[in-house]
Amino acid sequence: MPPVPVRAPAPQTIQSKTKTEPWDDHRMEVILGILLRSGVMLAAAVVFSGACVYLMRHAHEPADYRVFRGEPADYRTISGVLQSVRNGRGRGLIQLGLLLLIATPIVRVAFSIVGFALERDRMYVAFTLIVLAILLYSLLGSGMNV
Amino acid sequence: MTILDFTVIVAIVSFVAGLLGSLTGLGGGVVLVPLLTIFFHVDIRYAIGASLVSVIATSSGAAAAYVREGFSNIRIGMFLEIATTTGALLGAFLATRIPTSALAVIFGFTLLYSAYLSRKPRPPALRNLPRDRLATRLRLNGSFPDTNGERKYNVQHVPTGFSLMFGAGALSGLLGIGSGAVKVLAMDQAMKIPFKVSTTTSNFMIGVTAAASAGVYLSRGYVDPGLSMPVMLGVLAGSLFGSRILVKAETKSLRLVFSLVILVLGLQMLYQGLGGKI
Repeated sequence: MPPVPVRAPAPQTIQSKTKTEPWDDHRMEVILGILLRSGVMLAAAVVFSGACVYLMRHAHEPADYRVFRGEPADYRTISGVLQSVRNGRGRGLIQLGLLLLIATPIVRVAFSIVGFALERDRMYVAFTLIVLAILLYSLLGSGMNV
Repeated sequence: MTILDFTVIVAIVSFVAGLLGSLTGLGGGVVLVPLLTIFFHVDIRYAIGASLVSVIATSSGAAAAYVREGFSNIRIGMFLEIATTTGALLGAFLATRIPTSALAVIFGFTLLYSAYLSRKPRPPALRNLPRDRLATRLRLNGSFPDTNGERKYNVQHVPTGFSLMFGAGALSGLLGIGSGAVKVLAMDQAMKIPFKVSTTTSNFMIGVTAAASAGVYLSRGYVDPGLSMPVMLGVLAGSLFGSRILVKAETKSLRLVFSLVILVLGLQMLYQGLGGKI
């Protein structure tokens, strides 16, 4: 069984980000945290730029969400979203930002596999693969046409 | 109401919800769906879709700040995410099948329970618990920085915690909320994980859990760009702002006010759901 990695005290881990530092859970979490934040900021920026286009064109139309119609295929599938971005649609851009947002925790999980593999922790590589499979199934396999 | 008015008002409401949610630690998602359905007459399915997206944003946005403190436990998080993501997938599929009035009623009960949980005093934390065999095999035990050095903790009752997490995931997928309260309950109360470790690990897990149901919502057309945009940007800005001023704010009375708001919204959801108005 691989040894359980020892967690270094937090303050030291932050101050010394050198390559000699051993790979441990805390270091992994710090990198994952930065990854998540960058993903969210990127997603928010894309959503915001989409919002500008959308509001410039549709600001004075009536807003109505009383009746559920479901989104058209343009905003339900990855290919549809990409197509509407190419057509310069504001809502397509917003939806692309939301896709990036959903992808952010998925990338985090994928990255954790690398982290656990570096720690030679096979059990947690397996656990993480299970979580990743569920996430990918939801995004790609749940009736959505890629 | 024009799209511009609607966007601006929803963004402001979402900002306040995100701010209060982060200041009180009760999460903003839980009040957004009732606010959108009751006051803006948004169909509950659109509201759930928008709320779920904002939950991913706040969880991921706050992760970097939480992680730096060194409290969260990535192994506990990843192991329990197997339960929450499975539950979330199930919850999302259920949400597309049950009538909206039933969704409103379940939401109402969830709000009432959250209000109750937020007022209930926490039993004192137990220290120096024995090592549990399963938790040790799963390498869930850990340590965190305390006032006098590293403090070790031993995780207990893994099967109970895992089952509760499945329930938390299902609730999250069904209602588009983070269900952080149930996650903390599972870790803090059932698994005897120290409170700070529970809350930060829970925050880490919320985004992954929500991502598991987001795919289903997106493909079923629940995520409307025009509605999700002000909700996501508003809640994100509010919660980031809240985490900055957290140390200075007087949170005790704020928590009381917010739990009263949750209580009232819960009763409203029950009333409207039972009356078939949602």
